[in-house]
Amino acid sequence: MRKEDIQDNIRELLIPIGAIILGLLVGAVIMLAIGANPIEAYKALFIGAFGDMNKFANTLARSTPLIFTGLAVAFAFRCGLFNIGVEGQLYVGALAAAFVGGNLTGLPKIIHLPLTILAGMAAGGLWAAIPGFLKAKRGVHEVINTIMMNFIAYALIGYLVADVLKAPGQTPRTVPILPSATLIRLGELVNWSNSRLSIGFLIGLIACAIIYFVLWKTTIGYEVRSVGLSPLAAEYGGINSNRKIILAMVISGALGGLAGAERVLGFDRALILGFSPGFGFEGIAVALLGRNHPVGVLLGALLFGALSNGGAWMNFTTSVPVDLIVVLQAVIIFFVAADQIIRVIFPKKRKDWGAV
Amino acid sequence: MRDIFTMALIYATLRSATPLIITAIGGLISERSGIINIALEGKMLIGAFTAVVVSYYTGNPWFGVLGAIVAGGLMALIHGIVSIKYKANQVVSGTAINILAGGLTVFLLQIIFGVAGTSPQVAKLPSWGRFHPLVYFAILLVFLTHYVIYYTPWGLRLRAVGEHPSAADTVGINVIRMRYIAVVISGMLAGLAGAALSIGGLNVFVKGMTTGRGFIALAAMIFGKWTPIGALGASLLFGFADALQMRLQGIGIPS
Repeated sequence: MRKEDIQDNIRELLIPIGAIILGLLVGAVIMLAIGANPIEAYKALFIGAFGDMNKFANTLARSTPLIFTGLAVAFAFRCGLFNIGVEGQLYVGALAAAFVGGNLTGLPKIIHLPLTILAGMAAGGLWAAIPGFLKAKRGVHEVINTIMMNFIAYALIGYLVADVLKAPGQTPRTVPILPSATLIRLGELVNWSNSRLSIGFLIGLIACAIIYFVLWKTTIGYEVRSVGLSPLAAEYGGINSNRKIILAMVISGALGGLAGAERVLGFDRALILGFSPGFGFEGIAVALLGRNHPVGVLLGALLFGALSNGGAWMNFTTSVPVDLIVVLQAVIIFFVAADQIIRVIFPKKRKDWGAV
Repeated sequence: MRDIFTMALIYATLRSATPLIITAIGGLISERSGIINIALEGKMLIGAFTAVVVSYYTGNPWFGVLGAIVAGGLMALIHGIVSIKYKANQVVSGTAINILAGGLTVFLLQIIFGVAGTSPQVAKLPSWGRFHPLVYFAILLVFLTHYVIYYTPWGLRLRAVGEHPSAADTVGINVIRMRYIAVVISGMLAGLAGAALSIGGLNVFVKGMTTGRGFIALAAMIFGKWTPIGALGASLLFGFADALQMRLQGIGIPS
């Protein structure tokens, strides 16, 4: 790597870090305004997220779906698409996984588990293929379409889980996942933890590596990124933009479906209505924070997982409501999105003479 | 069938459509200037919340309406500064506004009222005849906007800025100023629509009470081909669906 490249990479890293620092400062100001002690609150936040091994495991468990949804948003972004529909893709992925994982009896784990995960990915991929197809063939804006697909998914799953697929009992949930389709949890392996952190986290790490490989080491990835940078130039270079747009949406949707499948098979062991506090939307923030790079997405997911779990502890031990965390997350997105603000506050040291 | 299709259904349609109409017109003004506004949902939510808070403290719902307009405008100003001045992606900035509104309203609900889900009851807007005043305003707004956009110089400039900013700039229109004005007006209208929801239709704020109406309004505007009359028609259609759903649920058909 040349010296300039290293400096550029450091700058890439400085923007999210600067955004996080500014976000925490804004949070501190809000806490002071309501008469709370920011240092106490942030200490509680940190302890809640990383205080002991069990808490740390729970933070990783909270981060797991965000890795998938973050990757989903980032992959579509790399192709120039804004997939706001990850939440809906996560829902249909969870539905497919809950159905296959809960109802298909008599299969050995080695077949049933992969089949169930694939069902979730396929459902998410197909759900995303619809807006992808409409964008490629009809030029319909994918932002509007994916938002509308979200509404269809909420209503569909709401109806099915509360009615058709409902397991006996008070809460709207599907039948439990069969043992042959569950993702093993940490709490089942060791006796010092009761965490619901599942092997899905490792699948998330593998997914990061695969997406990195696909985007930067394969022809398809090169073509997807070319379309993202300039569809017309890509077309001129002999790339079929429309086909790449559909492909990118399918892969993105499959990752969203995988997020839903992990929740259903590992964390909740059934589809419980209201299982997602907005993982798909948090994924947008995670992807932005991670600059649409798989490593960045992983770090972003860990941060947001830590903020959520730490925030709950902060809510429990101090007078600061957990919803402040959502405000913090929004402020961080603002600062990352408007990275010029960061550039003004942390000016570039090296003189920029432009391209020579 | 006769139980379902009554005059009451038409009235309910108008009531359900009101927040959609006002928000859709706001979205239209912003999009006509070239700013994509997926933050309508968040601005509506902030408007609904502010209306209740101001009405609670002053006892006068009209101040609540005013507060909602100001709050929606302020949120829009943030959206404007971030996406116009700092050139952030408009969709990203809009998403951040939506997340911010969801968190901020619940956070303040706990700080101000000490509750997590539903605010205390506050003074609501009076009924003028069968409807609250904002229903009439919504209809008026559609025709006013139609006139302003198609028959005034300001409307022509707005459309020029959205369709071809560099051409508009060449003939001396201040593109950036036009966009700021448009985005703030759109936020004020979305805030007002939120007030129609919280102190027009009801007298409380409920966590996340907009339930996607901002997005539906956005869809209504697009469905109506970015024209005020079209947005009105689409909003009425969606409002009808809403009203019908409540009706059907009343006689035992799932939503």
